[in-house]
Amino acid sequence: MNTREIDQALYSNIVRATNDAIRQAQIFLPPDVKSAIVKAMERETSPVAKGELRNILDNLSRAEELGLPICQDTGVPVVYLTIPSSVPYCNALLDAIREGIRKATSDVPLRPNVVDPISRENTHDNTGAGIPSIDVTPGSQLTITVLPKGAGAENMSRIAMLLPSEKACIPEFVAETMLIAGGRPCPPVILGVGIGGNFDQVASLAKEALLLPVDTMDPFEQELCDTVNKLGIGPMGLGGDTTALAVKVKRASCHTASLPVAVNVQCWASRRATVVVPL
Amino acid sequence: MKVIALHTPLGEEVLTLCAGDRVTLSGLVYTARDEAHLMMEERGIPFDPRGAAIYHCGPIIINGKVVAAGPTTSARMNNLSGPLLDHGVRALIGKGGMGLTVREQLRGRGVYLAFTGGCAALAASRMKHQGVFYEELGMAEAVWVLEFDKLPLVVGIDSMGNDIFHDVSCKAKLQFESLFK
Repeated sequence: MNTREIDQALYSNIVRATNDAIRQAQIFLPPDVKSAIVKAMERETSPVAKGELRNILDNLSRAEELGLPICQDTGVPVVYLTIPSSVPYCNALLDAIREGIRKATSDVPLRPNVVDPISRENTHDNTGAGIPSIDVTPGSQLTITVLPKGAGAENMSRIAMLLPSEKACIPEFVAETMLIAGGRPCPPVILGVGIGGNFDQVASLAKEALLLPVDTMDPFEQELCDTVNKLGIGPMGLGGDTTALAVKVKRASCHTASLPVAVNVQCWASRRATVVVPL
Repeated sequence: MKVIALHTPLGEEVLTLCAGDRVTLSGLVYTARDEAHLMMEERGIPFDPRGAAIYHCGPIIINGKVVAAGPTTSARMNNLSGPLLDHGVRALIGKGGMGLTVREQLRGRGVYLAFTGGCAALAASRMKHQGVFYEELGMAEAVWVLEFDKLPLVVGIDSMGNDIFHDVSCKAKLQFESLFK
């Protein structure tokens, strides 16, 4: 590390906070997501679907009791930072985050998932070239938010550069994404939908939408969620009333000639946690 | 709803199972993902395949303890499962269902059993590590020998060609068309 950039105590605190956030995310599902699964189980009319949701809730209890990851696909770490003006945005800070991920890989433990895209050689520590992705925004506190993202659901995500005249096609694109995905992304899913921005921004918006609490949906989000649930794909693609637990939307302005839309698919194990780093 | 108890090695009892039945599975089961399937084609099946159950799973196993062992997406093994079934494997276990090829390969021979995706901790609490083959493939891709204790599963594809995943996906397609076309 570069001690000229941040002091040793802060570096250690960032390593610890990153490790803690990952551990918390991997073992404890956020209460809003858990409660959405409980409500879905109570509503379900298909016995097979009810059984699947019961297995999921049983799994959450086991993970908490045993202190084990909820899912064996512990994902790749996606990191969101807020940084106050008193902390320099520097290489040492990013190094500390990477070290926290390496520590969590052996401590939690995590499955080593990060490989070279072509040679497929595994780095064995869940960091790699460009991994983790770290999004930085200014804030009043130094916070580390982790969103471990599994591949089953991520692989089903889609992006479309719609025409400005195709605004009415957004629900169709969202539902079509789930139709193509079927049972593969481990439904019931949460869909993060990005609308607007550039080609790259819209995908980031879709992912950031997954950080939003799922206990409320605005009328547009509710409409998208109801449409997806009409497909009847159900938990694990075995049929049922619950295909999506929630749909969350984030928007940005865009070019007058563009309408980018992205759907980031998230399995029921919507893991996220935020830890505040003491300064 | 009645739950049928199954134990490996499996025999002809699997032929009476129907898509949608809830079962529990106990006994020795072998994990295999993409790389393991390719390795077994190249270097042979390292266990007795007759009546065996294959689990599509890349577990986390530390010091001989199953830490997490939920199912992976079975469809990746659509074109890799034939040789195992030809050698007498009776059950494939995973998530998300499998393609038409496998549905036909299972006809009169075996079943596809669905385990709830992501339920790694539930799985870990019902499994014991009993050995490993092809460990050089890495933790996720090796063939792990796991002893199941009443793992709750659903018959996704039966030996008569019934396939819940296929039926659900056909209905979803019709529904989508009625909503948007």
